[in-house]
Amino acid sequence: MGDTAAQKILARAAGRDRVAVGEIVTVHPRRLLTHDNTAAIIGKIGDELAEYGVADPEQPVIVLDHVTPARDTATAAGHAAVRAFVAEHGLAHFYDVGRGICHQVVLEEGLAAPGDVIVGSDSHTCSYGAVGAFATGIDRTEAAALLLTGETWLKVPATIRILLTGAPGPAVTAKDLILTLIGRLGADGATYRAVEFSGEVGALSISDRITVANMGIEMGAKAALFALDDLTREFLAATPAAPGTDRAVRSDDDADFESTREIDLADLVPVVARPGRVDDVVPAAEAAGTRVEQVLLGTCTNGRLEDLHAATTLLGGRPIAPGVRLLVLPASRRIYAAAAGDGTLAALSSSGATVLPPGCGPCLGAHQGVLAPGETCLSTANRNFRGRMGTPEADIWLGSPATAAAAALTGVITDPREVVP
Amino acid sequence: MRVWRYGDDVNTDQLFPGKYTYTCATAEEILPHLLEDLDPDFAGGVRPGDCIVAGRNFGCGSSREQPALGLKAAGIAGIIAESFARIFYRAAINQGLLLIESPAAVAAWSEGDEIALDPAAGTVTVGGTTFQVPPLPPLLLQIREAGGLLSAVRERLAAERDVNR
Repeated sequence: MGDTAAQKILARAAGRDRVAVGEIVTVHPRRLLTHDNTAAIIGKIGDELAEYGVADPEQPVIVLDHVTPARDTATAAGHAAVRAFVAEHGLAHFYDVGRGICHQVVLEEGLAAPGDVIVGSDSHTCSYGAVGAFATGIDRTEAAALLLTGETWLKVPATIRILLTGAPGPAVTAKDLILTLIGRLGADGATYRAVEFSGEVGALSISDRITVANMGIEMGAKAALFALDDLTREFLAATPAAPGTDRAVRSDDDADFESTREIDLADLVPVVARPGRVDDVVPAAEAAGTRVEQVLLGTCTNGRLEDLHAATTLLGGRPIAPGVRLLVLPASRRIYAAAAGDGTLAALSSSGATVLPPGCGPCLGAHQGVLAPGETCLSTANRNFRGRMGTPEADIWLGSPATAAAAALTGVITDPREVVP
Repeated sequence: MRVWRYGDDVNTDQLFPGKYTYTCATAEEILPHLLEDLDPDFAGGVRPGDCIVAGRNFGCGSSREQPALGLKAAGIAGIIAESFARIFYRAAINQGLLLIESPAAVAAWSEGDEIALDPAAGTVTVGGTTFQVPPLPPLLLQIREAGGLLSAVRERLAAERDVNR
């Protein structure tokens, strides 16, 4: 019996030849991601940091993105404390306010590589599986312990394999794929497990793969994994760090997958998740006519250039509906600059959009673009939990950039295929 | 002892709303907002020794640790659920909060039943019936018994320092 990619990555990280599913191993992750919550993390271990220092200064990657630019004195003071910590310990991988959303920045900088183990004090750390890293979320306390020791424990997960076939039709996107899959597996369908995407993954761009891997946690997954191919190689080679691919692994043909599910991309339709649950997924056509007051296009799930292009193409220069606020939240400064350079931001603005600075704020109700009680938002983010965008009395629907643009255009949830220009 | 009963897929936004995550980090700051959007009576009514009984996938969603930290600080003796989301599970161990994954114990509980927890024996007793729960692996048990991850790390670093002196 062979090994899965998850087993191989964790075996190497633990300094072992092989590991079995269910085993607990101690690993030294290559990266430790933290963001605005770094302030709270270092606040727990001030004395210990002074005495022992940071165990591995190459390990921390710190990105200020959640409440940026600062909302008030308290959040500004948090950012200042993080800057002082970075300077004192000479940490190289620090990205200040405005650089972008942490997951996008890590990938753009080439700080995630195939075969890496990466942990982060953010549940969407699983995004780096798009380039073949075993990446998973941890809490602040564990991040504090990692700063001091460089190590943590991981249980070797079983792997669910998703076998992709076919190619998606027009206005059907990677977001529709992952929402459909979460709808089928359920919000805990992959808890404690790795989810490996294989088959016709060439139909998915790197941006698409990030969208898919990003939402692994919404079905409970510990990690989401894509194997290395030429698209990954090209993407990594173009990053500043240009990481090598020599640690890339692939599941053995006779690996012991817990289960395999096939998805024919040609069968997919544009879908939405209904308010409150990410796994409550229905075709957009079934929800058609639901009025929206706000549309959020962006976030670490769908704030890349392709996503902004998809929305711009669907709008086709037409104005958004009266009474709708379309917020555009590019995932990074690099994306913002590219979208400004190629006319995308101007086109969105001309249609009536409000372009926000790169960051996370509205997605978690922490900053800008929160909802009023009784309002409805269609968001391209990854979570629609009640209360997430500021008040439990607002409804959040999830959908793709094309579906978001269609809702902004018509003022109601709409199958984007109905309004292609 | 009071038992707070909740359903499936209780998520981290219900346990502690995201809008407070960057301004509330200490137990005192967290406690007033615990379960705010799920059960407005919880924060004011919870007492040390209380238990939570819940369905599947308790704690799903964000990696924010305020739910685990707050529930430990509130004195919750243990959470008995059909299953837990994995980041919350780790966070609970890291705070020294007792979690018991036992669909049978959850099914056995009905309104008014007392619950007795015995972490050392690995049992939970619900209304007179005792259920055995698989023990935590040694490494994780060590963390919980040290009172949480940071206490365990402090002990380890101090021991290493003293050896090197």
